[in-house]
Amino acid sequence: MFFSFFAELREAKVPVSLREYLTLMEAMQKRVAAFDIEDFYFLARTALVKDERHLDRFDRVFGHCFKGSETPADPQTAIPDQWLRKLAERFLTDEEKQLIEALGGWEQLMESLRQRLAEQRSRHQGGGKWIGTAGTSPFGAYGYNPEGVRVGQQGGRNRSAVKVWDRREFRNLDDTVELGTRNIKLALRRLRQFAREGAAEELDLGGTVKSTAHNAGWLDLKLVPERHNVVKLLLFLDVGGSMEDHVRVCEELFSATRSEFKHLIHFYFHNCIYESVWRDSRRRHVEQVPIIELIRTYDRSYRIVLVGDASMSPYEIEKEGGSVERWNDEPGEVWLRRLFEAYPRAVWLNPVPEKYWAGTTSIAMIRRIAENRMFPLTLDGLDRAMRRLKRRG
Amino acid sequence: MLRFEGTDTYVATQDLQVAVNAAIALERPLLVKGEPGTGKTILAHEIARGIAKDLITWHIKSTTKAQQGLYEYDAVSRLRDGQLGDERVHDIANYIVPGKLWEAFEAPEAPVLLIDEIDKADIEFPNDLLLELDRMEFYVYETRRTIRARHRPIVIITSNNEKELPDAFLRRCFFHYIRFPDRETMQRIIDVHFPGLKHELVHEALTIFYDTRQAPGLKKKPSTSELLDWIKLLLVEDISPEVLRTRDPAKLIPPLHGALLKNEEDVHLFERLAFLHRRERSGS
Ligand SMILES: Nc1ncnc2c1ncn2[C@@H]1O[C@H](COP(=O)(O)OP(=O)(O)OP(=O)(O)O)[C@@H](O)[C@H]1O
Ligand SMILES: [Mg+2]
Repeated sequence: MFFSFFAELREAKVPVSLREYLTLMEAMQKRVAAFDIEDFYFLARTALVKDERHLDRFDRVFGHCFKGSETPADPQTAIPDQWLRKLAERFLTDEEKQLIEALGGWEQLMESLRQRLAEQRSRHQGGGKWIGTAGTSPFGAYGYNPEGVRVGQQGGRNRSAVKVWDRREFRNLDDTVELGTRNIKLALRRLRQFAREGAAEELDLGGTVKSTAHNAGWLDLKLVPERHNVVKLLLFLDVGGSMEDHVRVCEELFSATRSEFKHLIHFYFHNCIYESVWRDSRRRHVEQVPIIELIRTYDRSYRIVLVGDASMSPYEIEKEGGSVERWNDEPGEVWLRRLFEAYPRAVWLNPVPEKYWAGTTSIAMIRRIAENRMFPLTLDGLDRAMRRLKRRG
Repeated sequence: MLRFEGTDTYVATQDLQVAVNAAIALERPLLVKGEPGTGKTILAHEIARGIAKDLITWHIKSTTKAQQGLYEYDAVSRLRDGQLGDERVHDIANYIVPGKLWEAFEAPEAPVLLIDEIDKADIEFPNDLLLELDRMEFYVYETRRTIRARHRPIVIITSNNEKELPDAFLRRCFFHYIRFPDRETMQRIIDVHFPGLKHELVHEALTIFYDTRQAPGLKKKPSTSELLDWIKLLLVEDISPEVLRTRDPAKLIPPLHGALLKNEEDVHLFERLAFLHRRERSGS
């Protein structure tokens, strides 16, 4: 069971290494969590997960692997020491091997783990401390009442009928969920990070004085990255009906990072790009900016981000006159291509969940025109998009 | 074995206790993350208090370098002493200034070492400390001396997620994410700060607090520390639970909201919500 737990964690993309696994064993050996599945869960979590984004995946795997079992593992079959040992020889650093030796070697480690688990089992049969036993959980059945019913105190702490890991309390922290006000802060940080990178170097006066003094008076120049950054961005936001909420989140996101960019200029469009875009979403017919002029004004060093659901009738992309706003002499596709050509560093952010992309014709079309540079509007998508923006072309 | 179970001024949930005790037992650093104001920094203080150890705090800023935690060579003083003809100048050891790690290593009893807001520093900072935290020793080149920890300190590291931390660093730590306290935990936290507070007042205050946090689009959600400040104000101003309950429906903004909403835009947002709320009521 331990083995499959470990393997499933890796499969679920929780990046656990053998080192973490050893840490968990060592902690078991030192009785950090004894006799209690819930403590074991907490211990495994603190030892194996190093990033809050992975907590929810961990919970799912834990729930799955230990489903219905009140004891963490069957000590007789659980530990594939053969397998671990082989793996250890291949992947452990010398330092880690020393760590194992320091703990008394593999045999010792495995043996005490077995004992620990066996103790837990007998405890369990004694019926003492386990959750779900009579008297502590009137709702008994596994998985019943997902919100959890408080069932009173035990040993000074609270228990609820739903197991902790099944409550999925960290769901919001997984970065593959849609971007919203919940995780906008994190998104901001990522964006800032992006904006700060790639800055030029400037003279570090303090550092130079200091290291010159250090150098007994011989000049020793020091350089540091310039604090203010150089990223210039054109942001195109789709203001079509269903997009409103997402666009607001996105607009907020970029506006909040405004000071980090050397230039950040917003434009608005509806569904697709045609011969002009707007500077102000409310006065779309007043302040139009022709794409041609835009391309003349902002040079190729600008990067562009388009935010839109790319969901429309295919006509709106491939036909002249397809625009829902007003007559267009040339199809949207032509204008999109012009834009992408003028700005080699470009991405399209799409609030529609990635799994629906293939099923929507217009999304597939735009994606093709954007040469696959479409990313979902999630933290992870944002990350990937920003990485892509750093590359040329 | 030393065990941390919270203190009379700090509520440690079971998962946090397990994490802290794992870090103590295995003598490995504990990395703590969580929303601002959820008690990351104060945790190290409380651990020290709870298990009766000294606390050494190293607060990290954007300019902090790993080396500063070990020691610094005060070249400028030496230059000055040299020019003034001070005798001390001949011994370089006079100009080696120990950092926080050194201090922690030399302590006669294992202290708690807090490395606060590690993510503020340069991205290389955690990597630069790997070896020192692992082996608990470092070498002073100027004096050719190795400083070795007499006892491995209990290391608590906090991060606000401004930067990703390197994997090699993470692998060496236990990790705990402080989940925002649920109502029940929050009640216990209020209890340790304001023992004997009227149950009704706590009940009403918590309802308003969690409602406020739910408002969509808030720039800065009020957190534990804001709640505590607000309650203190409510007490000073002697606001009764009835006032909290029968708030003027025309005003959705909680009394003394300044302690909860720190940002003007959020106050505006609330006013807008109040307006909608009113309209909804008069419509129904
Ligand atoms: N579990 C708790 N028990 C008691 N008090 C708490 C708890 N959590 C938070 N507090 C209170 O909240 C205040 C804020 O805590 P602290 O400064 O440690 O937060 P933080 O997470 O370090 O915030 P930041 O991210 O802003 O640095 C503390 O002064 C403490 O009084
Ligand atoms: Mg803090």
